[in-house]
Amino acid sequence: MSDAPSVPLLELEGLRKAFPGTLANDDVSLLIQPGEIHALLGENGAGKSTLVKMIYGVLRPDAGTIRWHGEPIELPSPRAARRRGVGMVFQHFSLFEALTAAENIALSLDDAPPMDTLTERARELSERYGLPLDPHAMVGDLSVGERQRIEIVRCLLQEPELLILDEPTSVLTPQEAEQLFKTLEQLRSDGKSILYISHRLNEVQRLCDNATVLRGGKVVGHCKPARESASSLATLMVGSELPEVSHDDAPESGAVLLEVRDLNRPAATPFSMALSNVNLEGKAGRILGIAGVAGNGQGELFEVLSGEALLQQPESIKLCGSLVGQQGINARRALGAAFVPEERLGHGAVPSMSLVDNTLLSRHRSDSAGLVGASGRIRRGKLRELTTHIIKTLDVRCSNEQQAAGALSGGNLQKFIIGRELDRKPRVMVVNQPTWGVDAGAALRIRNALVELARSGSAVVVISQDLEELLQISDDISVMHNGNLSAPMPAQQASPESLGLLMGGAEESRDQLAGEKH
Amino acid sequence: MEPELIVNVLLTIATASTPLLIAAMGELVVERSGVLNLGVEGMMVVGAVCGFGGAALSGNPWLGVLAGVCGGVLASLLFGVLTLSIATNQVATGLSLTLLGLGVSGLLGESFVGQAGTKLSAVDLGPLSDLPIIGRLLFGQDPLFYISLLLVAVVSWVLFRTRAGLILRAVGDSHDSAHALGISVVKIRYAAVAFGGACAGLAGAHLSLVYTTQWVENMTAGRGWIALALVVFASWRPWRVLAGAYLFGGVTIGQLHAQAFGVAVPSQLLSALPYLATIVVLVLISRNRRLTLLNTPACLGQPFVPHR
Amino acid sequence: MAFELVKRPMPSRLFAALSPLIAFTLTLLAGALLFQLQGVDPISGLYTYFIEPLTETWSLHELAIKAAPLILIAVGLALCYLSNNWNIGAEGQFILGGIVGSALPVLFPAFANSATLPTMLALGALGGACFALIPAYLKNRFNTNEILTSLMLVYVAQLLLDWLVRGPWRDPAGFGFPQTRAFGDFALLPAINDAAGRAHWGVAFAVIAALALWWLLRSTRTGFEIRVVGASPRAGAFAGFSEKRLTLFVFAVSGGLAGLAGIIEVSGTIGQLQPAISPGYGFTAIIVAFLGRLNPLGIVAAGTVLALTYLGGEAAQMSLGLSDKAVRVFQGLLLFFVLATDTLIHYQLRRSGDKHGA
Repeated sequence: MSDAPSVPLLELEGLRKAFPGTLANDDVSLLIQPGEIHALLGENGAGKSTLVKMIYGVLRPDAGTIRWHGEPIELPSPRAARRRGVGMVFQHFSLFEALTAAENIALSLDDAPPMDTLTERARELSERYGLPLDPHAMVGDLSVGERQRIEIVRCLLQEPELLILDEPTSVLTPQEAEQLFKTLEQLRSDGKSILYISHRLNEVQRLCDNATVLRGGKVVGHCKPARESASSLATLMVGSELPEVSHDDAPESGAVLLEVRDLNRPAATPFSMALSNVNLEGKAGRILGIAGVAGNGQGELFEVLSGEALLQQPESIKLCGSLVGQQGINARRALGAAFVPEERLGHGAVPSMSLVDNTLLSRHRSDSAGLVGASGRIRRGKLRELTTHIIKTLDVRCSNEQQAAGALSGGNLQKFIIGRELDRKPRVMVVNQPTWGVDAGAALRIRNALVELARSGSAVVVISQDLEELLQISDDISVMHNGNLSAPMPAQQASPESLGLLMGGAEESRDQLAGEKH
Repeated sequence: MEPELIVNVLLTIATASTPLLIAAMGELVVERSGVLNLGVEGMMVVGAVCGFGGAALSGNPWLGVLAGVCGGVLASLLFGVLTLSIATNQVATGLSLTLLGLGVSGLLGESFVGQAGTKLSAVDLGPLSDLPIIGRLLFGQDPLFYISLLLVAVVSWVLFRTRAGLILRAVGDSHDSAHALGISVVKIRYAAVAFGGACAGLAGAHLSLVYTTQWVENMTAGRGWIALALVVFASWRPWRVLAGAYLFGGVTIGQLHAQAFGVAVPSQLLSALPYLATIVVLVLISRNRRLTLLNTPACLGQPFVPHR
Repeated sequence: MAFELVKRPMPSRLFAALSPLIAFTLTLLAGALLFQLQGVDPISGLYTYFIEPLTETWSLHELAIKAAPLILIAVGLALCYLSNNWNIGAEGQFILGGIVGSALPVLFPAFANSATLPTMLALGALGGACFALIPAYLKNRFNTNEILTSLMLVYVAQLLLDWLVRGPWRDPAGFGFPQTRAFGDFALLPAINDAAGRAHWGVAFAVIAALALWWLLRSTRTGFEIRVVGASPRAGAFAGFSEKRLTLFVFAVSGGLAGLAGIIEVSGTIGQLQPAISPGYGFTAIIVAFLGRLNPLGIVAAGTVLALTYLGGEAAQMSLGLSDKAVRVFQGLLLFFVLATDTLIHYQLRRSGDKHGA
């Protein structure tokens, strides 16, 4: 890669894009050479997605120039971008669940050949790049890894010169990610360029030739990742060096405050996962981390733990000494539990309602704050007071307590939701994806708060897809795969590789082998 | 029963089922694109008055059919502008389309009340139509009957065998994904909504040119709503709509014949049968939640605002 | 000219206040055009429609009589729509209320004392509520679409009323006319001020219902529950609210209010049952609910405006020879314009290609 060709494949100069209230990209420039894997590094909210949407013609820049093989071009639509030779694999896949893999592929091609030819070509490509897929499978039935393969194959079918991948490994096990890197390296050696968007430093260092770093919508640096250290990259990305999560030693074994025994739950909808024989223990003073690739039953487990979904057998879940399998979420809150769901907008908070109303959401029956009178009358004054207190304690950035929840940034809203629950000093706290899509500052604050809560004697269960996060804050780690939960292992003994095997279902196959022997 | 009588009953069932079938087929396409247009009743009644008026003023029933279709399309475009261009609530807008359609048709049709209409005559294939029994059933019905069957076949083929149909289904499944691929969600939905309007208008024209050949205010009498129920009943599949429409046609005609024979049940109860049957059928089909979830277009009823 | 919608960071308070007024103005303009097309001077047409009924005491009373059922039904519907329950069968619940409430004076005319009227009102509300619970139950139990079932039941109710007044409940001394016996004095809802006009105590019920529901929505946990579940069912489950229980509640309340309106109409305005007891109040109330922005106080104003169109329609028919069918066109247009202008609360209109503005 040292002798760069004279004409870059893609050259961006001074791109700018504003949305109501924010300047998402400001004077962004970067260069991509043919046959290069180029990293676009940045935190959540740094403007990476906006930038690539402009390269792919989904958004139009307000100002600036895009050059392709040295020629200035306009990209009025994704179709125009595809015709130029730009392919894109989205972070939140742009797939159609009710259609088959082959139909999904056909939709992305502007002049699709007949289905049979298409299927054949897709099969060839998938073999060549190690991307196995079944063209006739309904996408709704596939795992996230399989869906990503469809996305990649459908891009490759258009023979792009530039392939854009947006956070591709966030939904993969470490082993699947390694397989993806091999595919990408193969593509590079075929002369294709790749724009690789990530906030994970180790994989950027492992894979990418050059990197452009975005912060707050602006380019803050270009570098060669291999020559940088992880901490220098992190500093560039975040702007200042962030302290680590403080994680002193946990008490060896506290009282079991949350106990799940042989929990089974059939799939509620055609698109959800059944839970089978789940066992877990939340101990006072400790954090139990639950790892796993998205869609392996974490959401279903959370619903069952919170009481949003009730069980047949009350004895499956024991909370602070009571059997609660058939009790609703407010009864469990009354026993001292608190819950933070994965989805902030429309689950943990109502986007169209004010923060004041959102405080009431989880606390109208559950605590001694007395927010609702005996007659059912809401005590507005008290509620507003409590809300301002939460906002102040967790440093939630908002114009005031009457602002709609949907108008807050992801990080600030998450701090508010976590703060709303922490304020009750819960004895048991279950959190699903605590820092998903949250900026680094807020993530650090949230992680510290969770560790602090555990050390004060509460049992904390953290469900997360982010292995680094779990390794940082957990005392014990279990892995969810296919509706099963592995036995917990001490976090000090866990490594990304060992967890990755479990996330890919290694234990399950071992169990099957053991079963066959009997 | 005599064969002649059976043939007559079957013919009336076909006549009663055809408008339901046509309107439901249009709504099926609309809903497959992810739009819920509850204004079928309104578009249908506008189609009926335009159809009657067009035929009465020109003396040519085919011009009436054309007028009915145009009326339905115009009404549906009103719905389209609101729900698609300015993203209003689809349920509320559909309801208002029905209310407005009933009002407008009443006003337009005021001078037609009591006037004799023009009938769209049945096809006559000479010797073929004269064949005993099957002649009239297969070769002697009104033209819209054949069009309705053709419609089912064409919609089914387009939906599942062509690229246009694939795109339509994709838009109904995930408008965000479709937008990300560069498919123009709004344009496709406009086309689907207009098609639904054309079908509803055609169904209305059938009511005032074939079924009764007169104009009566509110003459659709809930058929638009039954058509909506048929789409749910059929789990958004064209051939099942055909079966459902004929089931309802059968119930409607059955109760009419029962009334004619003087069955010892109040005529009002018999008249209520099609509506009660709709409820029963909806209950039967909806109780299997899994099935409904699997078949319902995922974006049904959700407004879409492209974000550029 | 192409345009596009841009979401506002915050809903616009200005347009939230203005949009019903803009919608009403647009309806007036459309009305003027309609009059012009029919060969009537638009100014005098609009005057007859919207001003003249307000100039005399007796017609103000008539206005109140027509506004009361619209308001009663619409405030109930507002609870339904806010919580995402699409009850569009209020017309049927209104009729059922009229029927069940009338059972007493029709079947037991001898039971005539001061308890008669309260019992009738209670029965009417109960009848409407039970009828509304059918679609609610089917929705909860079988996941059946409540829009379609509640609407189908309107036709069933109309046919039931038709059967009763032509069959078992027909007045034996009524010369075969399809109507029940005329109610006795104890079964009639009295006028508030007989000397001034016909307005009866049903008007007071409407005002009380609007105030009560306004308070419920604004200040109580139940009101909060309705708004949360309507805005986001999953957040409702997270708050521990039962969607099914709420569905039963809002259907029962709205059906009860529609049934109450039905028996008030029969005992206060008509005085007996006849084949048709509603000029489409149950459907017009849907318009009232949206025009009032699903806020009970707004609905009081909106109900008055819609009642005005009924009165104006009658007046215009008599004095200008205009078709009374125009009323429904006005009402439909009004709802269309309300929905269209409401978009401006949440979105900004911008010409596409206009790169500035954010």
